[in-house]
Amino acid sequence: MSPVETWIAAFLTLCVFSFLYRDNPFYRFAEHLFVGSAAGYLLAVQYQNVILPNVVLPITTGKPTPQTIVLTLIPLMLGLLMVARVSPRFTGPARWAIAFYVGIYSGIAVPGYMQAQIYAQLSDAVKPFAPGWGAVNSALVLIGLLTVLAYFFFSAPHQGLHGVSARVGIWFLMVAFGASFGYTVMARVSLLISRVQFLLRDWLHLIPMS
Amino acid sequence: MTWADRLLRLDRRIIFLLVAAGTALPLLMPVNLPISVSPRVEAAYQTIDVLPAGSTVLFSLDYEPDISAELQPMTIAIMRHCFRKNLHVIALTLYPAGPGLVEPAIRVAATKEHKVRNKDYAFLGYKSGFQTVMIGMGESIRQQFPVDFYGTPLDSIPVMRGIRNYGEIALLVNLTASSAADYWIQFAVGRYRKPMVLGATAVMATDYYPYLSSRQLLGLIGGMKGAAEYEKRMDLFGDARRGMDAQSLVHVIVAFLVILGTVALFASGQRGPAPRAEKPQE
Repeated sequence: MSPVETWIAAFLTLCVFSFLYRDNPFYRFAEHLFVGSAAGYLLAVQYQNVILPNVVLPITTGKPTPQTIVLTLIPLMLGLLMVARVSPRFTGPARWAIAFYVGIYSGIAVPGYMQAQIYAQLSDAVKPFAPGWGAVNSALVLIGLLTVLAYFFFSAPHQGLHGVSARVGIWFLMVAFGASFGYTVMARVSLLISRVQFLLRDWLHLIPMS
Repeated sequence: MTWADRLLRLDRRIIFLLVAAGTALPLLMPVNLPISVSPRVEAAYQTIDVLPAGSTVLFSLDYEPDISAELQPMTIAIMRHCFRKNLHVIALTLYPAGPGLVEPAIRVAATKEHKVRNKDYAFLGYKSGFQTVMIGMGESIRQQFPVDFYGTPLDSIPVMRGIRNYGEIALLVNLTASSAADYWIQFAVGRYRKPMVLGATAVMATDYYPYLSSRQLLGLIGGMKGAAEYEKRMDLFGDARRGMDAQSLVHVIVAFLVILGTVALFASGQRGPAPRAEKPQE
């Protein structure tokens, strides 16, 4: 990063941090600049990576065959139909494109999801206990699985054995939420550390470079 | 007003200052607190370490600048490990802003390990469409990426010779901050039976523990802590390890403030948070 780029990045970082004191024009300037530049960048990248190779080049390069033209224009039409729903006249045809997309996506996603997220996890849940102390871990996982499922089973009142299981399930859920919260704090602090590292190292040169 | 009431009405900007000091001071005066390598990170390390030299590792680096603090040091550390083991690396990204981060990360790792582009590694660039790319690569990588990030046809790249689809890939490494990991598990692991190591942001890490147990993932590196553990295992001192002192101190501050706030709440006799102070006039 050149010195000018570093100064611009440092200025924008401080603009964003200034919101911690209170909302102010510097923060809003950085926010709007970020949203605008991100949208512009995304548009340019998508044009270069999607529209250009899939729509423009197949039709304009060399001598396109009728098959190429048809295979380019059909997806293009479906894509345009999705956008066309902004006009009430095209709300109906827009659904054709969405239906096509949903159908394809479901066909691709459902088997993969069932295999990876349901069957593989079920298979892991019923495997034999690990030997030695690993059995304690396996037992905890099994108890956690059953009691959490009991908590989310609302077709019967949480009373008696079912109620006890559900209450134990809540404890397992709380432990899981606690672990997630701890990791979330760590993630947010990591982002702060990265920006402070940038300010102290790349901008102010107070700590050595990597 | 009691001490507890005063504490509950504390201006939160004082807490921001405390956290800022807790972040900056350890970076300026590091004490290098010890870091222990967790079994999940050790498993990821071992998975790569046992691959024979010349094997090809596919990196899908699916992240953007907002999350680079956690995943960029991880990318560099894992890639350096691959290069040290003389593994071939093929990298790609499924995020539009990914190339701007991935390309320099590969360059840093390759330069430090004296590896050469196209001979030891290839960067295929960005491709839109998660699932279609993943499934398409199972048929033909060249169909999805006819040229690499620099515009070189894949057939002209020595490291890509003989690589047609997942069949020639020894290991998939996915570093991500999104559901890309779920899709890689569904398609590359589920359908094509490829072994996979995941590097995830700390927020996501716990969601993927079940996949470790079921061996759908062979290793899991979570957040900056995971990256620091990997750096330690590699005997490197990168950005992640440098940040861990600050990470620890800020966690102590957060835990202390949570306890203090809870004690103050009980001491004040309130049944909920204190009413907020008037918003300062703009």
